[in-house]
Order: sequence, then structure tokens, then C-alpha cells
Amino acid sequence: MSPRGHRRNGVVRSYTATGGRATPSRTSLDEATLLIADAKPPLAGLQAQARRVMELCLPGVLSVSEVAHHLRLPGAVTKVIVSGLVDSGHLVARAPFTATADQHDEDFLRRVLHGLQQL
Amino acid sequence: MDSSSSDRRYVPDRARSVKVLVLGPFAVGKTTFVGTVSEIRPMRTEERMTRAGELVDDLGGLRGKVTTTVAMDFGRVTLADDIVLYLFGAPGQPRFHRMVHSLMEGALGGLVLVDTRRIDESFDSIDLLESARLPYTVAVNHFDGAPRYDDAALRDALTMADDRPLVWLDARTRDSAKQGLISLVTDILSRPRPEPAR
Repeated sequence: MSPRGHRRNGVVRSYTATGGRATPSRTSLDEATLLIADAKPPLAGLQAQARRVMELCLPGVLSVSEVAHHLRLPGAVTKVIVSGLVDSGHLVARAPFTATADQHDEDFLRRVLHGLQQL
Repeated sequence: MDSSSSDRRYVPDRARSVKVLVLGPFAVGKTTFVGTVSEIRPMRTEERMTRAGELVDDLGGLRGKVTTTVAMDFGRVTLADDIVLYLFGAPGQPRFHRMVHSLMEGALGGLVLVDTRRIDESFDSIDLLESARLPYTVAVNHFDGAPRYDDAALRDALTMADDRPLVWLDARTRDSAKQGLISLVTDILSRPRPEPAR
């Protein structure tokens, strides 16, 4: 039933559209990407929205979507601000898990399953 | 659960996130599902609809439900001290496909919610996941008074591939709702895995 050879049909990643490496961090940002703040780079010089993102993220880890929600920003705007902060070293982005054929992945998925069963 | 502070709780420092999409037509129970499973009050972000032509064409029947943005509900649940699951509820209708395509990137899989009173409205969501070749489970969110069909009839009506899991659940209770996610992850674990490249 499932059509073959139509993987991600019609979807063009934005880095393809921009010709490659102009904005590398932005394209890797997912709604579920977790953001880990680095307290070392100074906040001085950051624009107001970027500073608000840092103030939210410095106490702990949150996803891109949670940052958007808490700061009442559209998702796309949040990604632009966050990618700037990743480029400047203020934030580290941790991409969500996706399944491949790796044994470690299977272990991880079994732990996901176990966690769901315990809910 | 504490109220106002609970939506600011942070995830464990070492956590890795997992993303699952909850798809289906309006009012099928996506928001309810996300809220039932989520450990935090469900959150919402606004995504702008940028294709003006579609807005003009499609908003006629949706007054009050969508304006110039589409809201995306999401929730979060901690599954281990280093695993957090994010659930994103998104509409499956064609006018939202661009948004859903972007959401499918990086997702582990999808859950398609079905209301047996309007089965056909879930077709689009199934098509989206099929075309992205993303693992998915079909979950009938059974409403009081809605017809019950046997699984074979339902699979036939949904033109579901035989190997796709089908579950019945009640999105209002966690024990029931989580069965959809358990089915999805169990299915992913059971898939034949390609031999590692030598």
C-alpha cells in the first residue's frame, strides 16, 4: 500500500534552497530540539528578544517549541533567534532522537517503550 | 499538579527528546490526547499560514477556528531521567501540509486519530505519513454513541496497509491514550532492520 520511492516527496530542505552553508544551524533546528544555555558568553549586545530567550534558557533545558510558547513568539521567529544564539555560542542545540538501524537506537527505543508502559 | 509554575518546568539536563505527531481532522481529539498524556499544561504556538490564496479559499467554513495563523498544540512527558517525549497535535487537511511536512522531519512517528462518524476525514493524515514513509499507528478515538466497526471493516474503510497497527482508545484517559503510543513504538521496534553496511 505504501508508495515506494516517494520519500519526503516534494520536500526541499531550506539549506538546499539557500545553496548550502549560509545558515547551517538554522536548518538543524526542530520544534523538539532541546536548548542548553552556556552561561559564559556575555549577554551584553544581544537584542531584546535574544536576551529574553537566554533569560528563559539559562536556568534549565527547554525545547524550541517551549521557548516559542513562553515568549509568545511564532515558531519560525523563534527558530531564527535561536539559530543566531547557537551561532554565537550562547546555546547548544540537541536534536531529537530519530530511529536508525543502530543497536544503541534499539536500546533507546526499548527505554521509550518502558517509559510509556510505566505512565 | 501545581498550576501556574508547572508550565515553566525544565527538562532534565541530560535529556534527549523524541517527537511524535498526533494527526487528524478538526475536533477528533488531538488536543485532548496531547493534554491527557502531557505532564505539563498543553502549550500552543502559532504558525503563520503564508499562502494567501489558500487562506481565501479555505477559511469560509472555518470562521472562528482559524484566522491568519494556525495553532499547534504540544505537550511533553518525561519517560526516563534522560528521555522526554514531545507530542505535537497538527491538523491533517491539505491546506496545512506544508506545516505538517516540516513537523514530520525529525519525528519518530505519527498517531492518526479517527472518529468513526467521519472516517474519511482521516485519509489525508494517513496519506501524509505514508508519503513521508514515517511509521504510524491508527487510533480510533471512540466517542460515546459513535458507531463501532470491526477492525477488518475499519481497515477496509481507511484503506490501511495490513501491517499498520490499529488500536481503539479513549483520548480522555491516560491509561487508554498511552496505548496508541505503545503501539507505535512497539511497531517501530518490530520492524526489520537493514543490515549494517560493511
